[in-house]
Amino acid sequence: MFARGLKRKCVGHEEDVEGALAGLKTVSSYSLQRQSLLDMSLVKLQLCHMLVEPNLCRSVLIANTVRQIQEEMTQDGTWRAVAPQAAGRAPLDRLVSTEILCRAAWEQEGARPAPGLGDGHTQGPVSDLCPVTSAQAPRHPQSSVWEMDGPRENRGSFHKSLDQIFETLETKNPSCMEELFSDVDSPYYDLDTVLTGMMGGARPGPCEGLEGLAPATPGPSSSCKSDLGELDHVVEILVET
Amino acid sequence: AKSSHWKKLLNSFLIPNLSKRKADIISTVEFNHTGELLATGDKGGRVVIFQREQESKNQVHRRGEYNVYSTFQSHEPEFDYLKSLEIEEKINKIRWLPQQNAAYFLLSTNDKTVKLWKVSERDKRPEGYNLKDEEGRLRDPATITTLRVPVLRPMDLMVEATPRRVFANAHTYHINSISVNSDYETYMSADDLRINLWNFEITNQSFNIVDIKPANMEELTEVITAAEFHPHHCNTFVYSSSKGTIRLCDMRASALCDRHTKFFEEPEDPSNRSFFSEIISSISDVKFSHSGRYIMTRDYLTVKVWDLNMENRPIETYQVHDYLRSKLCSLYENDCIFDKFECVWNGSDSVIMTGSYNNFFRMFDRNTKRDVTLEASRENSKPRAILKPRKVCVGGKRRKDEISVDSLDFSKKILHTAWHPSENIIAVAATNNLYIFQDKVN
Repeated sequence: MFARGLKRKCVGHEEDVEGALAGLKTVSSYSLQRQSLLDMSLVKLQLCHMLVEPNLCRSVLIANTVRQIQEEMTQDGTWRAVAPQAAGRAPLDRLVSTEILCRAAWEQEGARPAPGLGDGHTQGPVSDLCPVTSAQAPRHPQSSVWEMDGPRENRGSFHKSLDQIFETLETKNPSCMEELFSDVDSPYYDLDTVLTGMMGGARPGPCEGLEGLAPATPGPSSSCKSDLGELDHVVEILVET
Repeated sequence: AKSSHWKKLLNSFLIPNLSKRKADIISTVEFNHTGELLATGDKGGRVVIFQREQESKNQVHRRGEYNVYSTFQSHEPEFDYLKSLEIEEKINKIRWLPQQNAAYFLLSTNDKTVKLWKVSERDKRPEGYNLKDEEGRLRDPATITTLRVPVLRPMDLMVEATPRRVFANAHTYHINSISVNSDYETYMSADDLRINLWNFEITNQSFNIVDIKPANMEELTEVITAAEFHPHHCNTFVYSSSKGTIRLCDMRASALCDRHTKFFEEPEDPSNRSFFSEIISSISDVKFSHSGRYIMTRDYLTVKVWDLNMENRPIETYQVHDYLRSKLCSLYENDCIFDKFECVWNGSDSVIMTGSYNNFFRMFDRNTKRDVTLEASRENSKPRAILKPRKVCVGGKRRKDEISVDSLDFSKKILHTAWHPSENIIAVAATNNLYIFQDKVN
């Protein structure tokens, strides 16, 4: 179980930080924490109960958190800095990235059941809650239980999928969040992909948290769920005929 | 005196459930309007109703124990074939109707369907039919030579639960609240984005009275988390949101109450701002006081009391477990930050109660401003044991009876509690187990 925060290593950056002034260390520690929070949030949005509809309130709250982080990172300039090649990407690329995002996580999981994240229940006492390390600037997150060191044995394929997720995420611009709740206006032909996708096996459906992708152009992105209301309407029609 | 009141708490009755089945996790607890009955719903879709024993002169010390009165399967799991999703049978809420005849009526709901159940007693049965024998087999008419009138004879008490109405197919999203109106003719059901008004007699139609679904779901940033009718004014209701706001609506103003009459929101404290601020401000429960003058809301760390006449801030704020404020990141990681705690008023609106972790629950006396932390655990629940107040140590030296924050068991959460409408009897659901505590004050 992931009792501690997920860390995303900023390659090459840490070594500089270690020798820097305390203030600098705090700032970069903050951005690492923030990045970890972003990572974790995005993973939470994907890992959902495989058979039961995800909790909409929880998804909305997590999505809002991601938005906040993105906005702050955009203001910082760190969002752009992480992905210099992001500028000028076509919308279609963005959509494709999102789909890779879904598949990458799904395939990485393979037969391995989703770990405790997103299950909604703790598996036991939260054993390593630490006292807060001080937030020196007002905008720092209130709690920081992250530690900067320590390899973790259990990551395995899950860690790998996280990196894969973030490689694709880096290519996205801040408005990607809007797609998390976008309607799909084409419920009918999505039905097949939804059904085949879900029936394919007892694997978690990472797309379930993403509530459908917006096909700005008609594309392969519709393996995720469509708008629930429209599907209900569809059911009524189908059943009556 | 009030101060000794807490020390004398409490008789305790434990209704144990030794199984570890997920289906037995209690998901809702509710007293009826007289307090005679206590209903619980669980994750397996069952409803169990307890009835208070009549006081008898012979057994004074057994005053008012609750025993099982009726058990029935309210909801079954369903499978939505179109979306390839299960519809959980878990009972999200139970609400009693006021008693109008010998039978009892309650509403129970899962994520999608509300049902009206009639619970009635049968203690007589007819005997002496002409055309049937005592086992119910038809008699050969040729053998009937005399006629008699069937009579009602006493039988062992049987309690039957029958579904009288099924209110289905009205909610696209998950139902989080139901509330019976004071007119006793209508009730409302609320899901994440919509609130519907029903007439008890009509199951194939409901009125949509609140709809916050954006035209473009990409713009969704806020959901409805709880809703309740005013206890006396049948045109008034409130609903709370994931952004920490409460809206009061008047159904006389328009058919669709998307525009609120009152809007309650506390301005944010900038010194406490973090990435988790919005999540912990999300309101998990809203309850009118019995008087109808106040509303109480529960968010992750606090309980707040609002005066209906003051929208810009609550009149009282109570810290439930502020020591968790520095642990929000971990609680976000393990999803505990999304736990939805409920809150309840006592009968006189002078005390409020809510749950916490480690099987702790908290009571706040609004008049004396005293508060107490109690624990629902087997060790403390020998019959008629007095509950000892508990304390969480937040740092530094831990005293002998205190428990440190890091030792709290976050899997033991008390989300659902209920308070008897007129007496100091409380019901506390701790995962699979139901605890009933009673004030020993004579």
